[in-house]
Amino acid sequence: MEFDILTLKPLLPELFVLTMACLILVADLYISEARRGIVHMMAMLTLVFVAILTMRSYGGAEQATVMVMNGTFVRDQMGDILKLAIYVLMAAVFVYAKHDLRHRKLFVGEYYVLALFGMLGMMVMISAASLLSMYLGLELLALSSYALVALERDSARASESAMKYFVLGAMASGALLYGMSMIYGATGSLDLLEISMAVRDLGSDDIVLAFGLAFLVVGVAFKFGAVPFHMWLPDVYHGAPTPVTLFLAAAPKLAAFAMAIRLFDLALGDMHIHWQGMLVFLAVLSLALGNIVAIAQTNLKRMLAYSTISHVGFMLLGILAGTPAGYAASMFYAIIYAIMAAGTFGMIILLSRQGVEAENLDHFKGLNKRSPWFAAVMMFLLASLAGVPPFVGFFAKLQVLSAVVDINLTWLAVYAVIMSVIGAFYYLRVIKLMYLDAPDTDEPINAPFDLKAVLTVNGLAQLLLTFLAGPIIAACGAAFGI
Amino acid sequence: MIITLSHFLILGAILFCIALAGIFLNRKNVIILLMAIELMLLAVNMNFVAFSRYLGNTDGQVFVFFILTVAAAEAAIGLAILVTVFRNRRTIDVEELDALKG
Repeated sequence: MEFDILTLKPLLPELFVLTMACLILVADLYISEARRGIVHMMAMLTLVFVAILTMRSYGGAEQATVMVMNGTFVRDQMGDILKLAIYVLMAAVFVYAKHDLRHRKLFVGEYYVLALFGMLGMMVMISAASLLSMYLGLELLALSSYALVALERDSARASESAMKYFVLGAMASGALLYGMSMIYGATGSLDLLEISMAVRDLGSDDIVLAFGLAFLVVGVAFKFGAVPFHMWLPDVYHGAPTPVTLFLAAAPKLAAFAMAIRLFDLALGDMHIHWQGMLVFLAVLSLALGNIVAIAQTNLKRMLAYSTISHVGFMLLGILAGTPAGYAASMFYAIIYAIMAAGTFGMIILLSRQGVEAENLDHFKGLNKRSPWFAAVMMFLLASLAGVPPFVGFFAKLQVLSAVVDINLTWLAVYAVIMSVIGAFYYLRVIKLMYLDAPDTDEPINAPFDLKAVLTVNGLAQLLLTFLAGPIIAACGAAFGI
Repeated sequence: MIITLSHFLILGAILFCIALAGIFLNRKNVIILLMAIELMLLAVNMNFVAFSRYLGNTDGQVFVFFILTVAAAEAAIGLAILVTVFRNRRTIDVEELDALKG
């Protein structure tokens, strides 16, 4: 078999991130404590260049899907859009994280190296065209995340949550692998396209396939954090240092979305009736539990964890529709949700000071008196999460719901609307605290310029994207051929 | 007695169930959790090898090598986290890992 190095060209972004992560790992050894900012700059430059590399291959003659590495890796439009979104999110995460990492004396190269390796894992997951590459990408992301959660070594809370995350995450990988082994046994292939052809021949009622599918759904639900496989999510969000929570909350949702699409649509598309039922079950429970339990939380990180669970319910609604419009809506929802989540955790970092983590709802009391500007930014983010009309979160929800109505599951759409109305309560409660309550302290907000600037952009994006999201929606649609 | 594919699959399923039971019923030691996780991955390996032999296709055996490697990395990270837990709390009892709730 001839090997031509040029066939690896579609892998260029991944190879670049891998090289840079290794380079930063080594460079960090020679950089003194005082100049740690260089590591931050290197990580940011990595994101800029990898975005250029991905953009160069996006569009034009290379628009078509390209398979490399003997069909284990695919470069297509959906992957490119999700990767570009991930780069933007990671850049925001790095800017937000820097401030808080300094406070915690955690401003170390490991954070950046692990985050970049985690991002590489997400990129591989997104582009996986075989069960093997999907598993490897997933594990690269998962192992980096476990280590990141435990980064704050003397915090009992962080190590406990790392332990819980590790055990439950490893169990999810086990379930996913068990499902993969069943799918392999039934179809005789690890390649997603070959699996889909074999499934067509076998018919959707094959018992081994159905068994494997059930385990795959469990694995994917774990990674998403859908009820009843959500137990790790609140504890990890709460226990991990905020910069790590920020990393976990934003970009991995996009990778989980890509994994769900590749597995359920690409490989097992003919078994739609079977997985649709399971996803309906997950979505119904996630929407209910996420929104109702979030009301009882006084810790903002925990509240946002439950809010994540309810948003995962919405993403699943789009996927379970099983139509290109549903997938596109769900993809748009995932991107918008990740932007909103990054912004809210960024606000927690903004209000945190040396030794004080602004993770309780009380820390947001009277924010309007301390800083009207950032109170407005937070209000934009929360209103968008709640799905209040002029903000982009509303349009993301609307698209998902219309996809669900199109497949005649109107009851599910109505249910989702009722649940998000219940959910609006806890977002509005934070807005009320910010605007109507008196602040506990009138210390001015003290943060570096880049953090404030990115946070402002992030908040305003909730409003501006309503008018400017056309290209993103069009790109999401084009990724699924509409 | 002829050992067939289904025997291997049943063995794999039993190992998987033992591992699950180990994770959910164990209330004592975190190390047992790590062992149960390893057992779960070995159950999957058993399945892959059996299917691979049955189908006459080596892809499954290649997958097993990757799973073994990842399992080793996973065990290393698990034990490292265990060390930080022990250093911070002076215990590795599952029941006492309950500071986070709600």
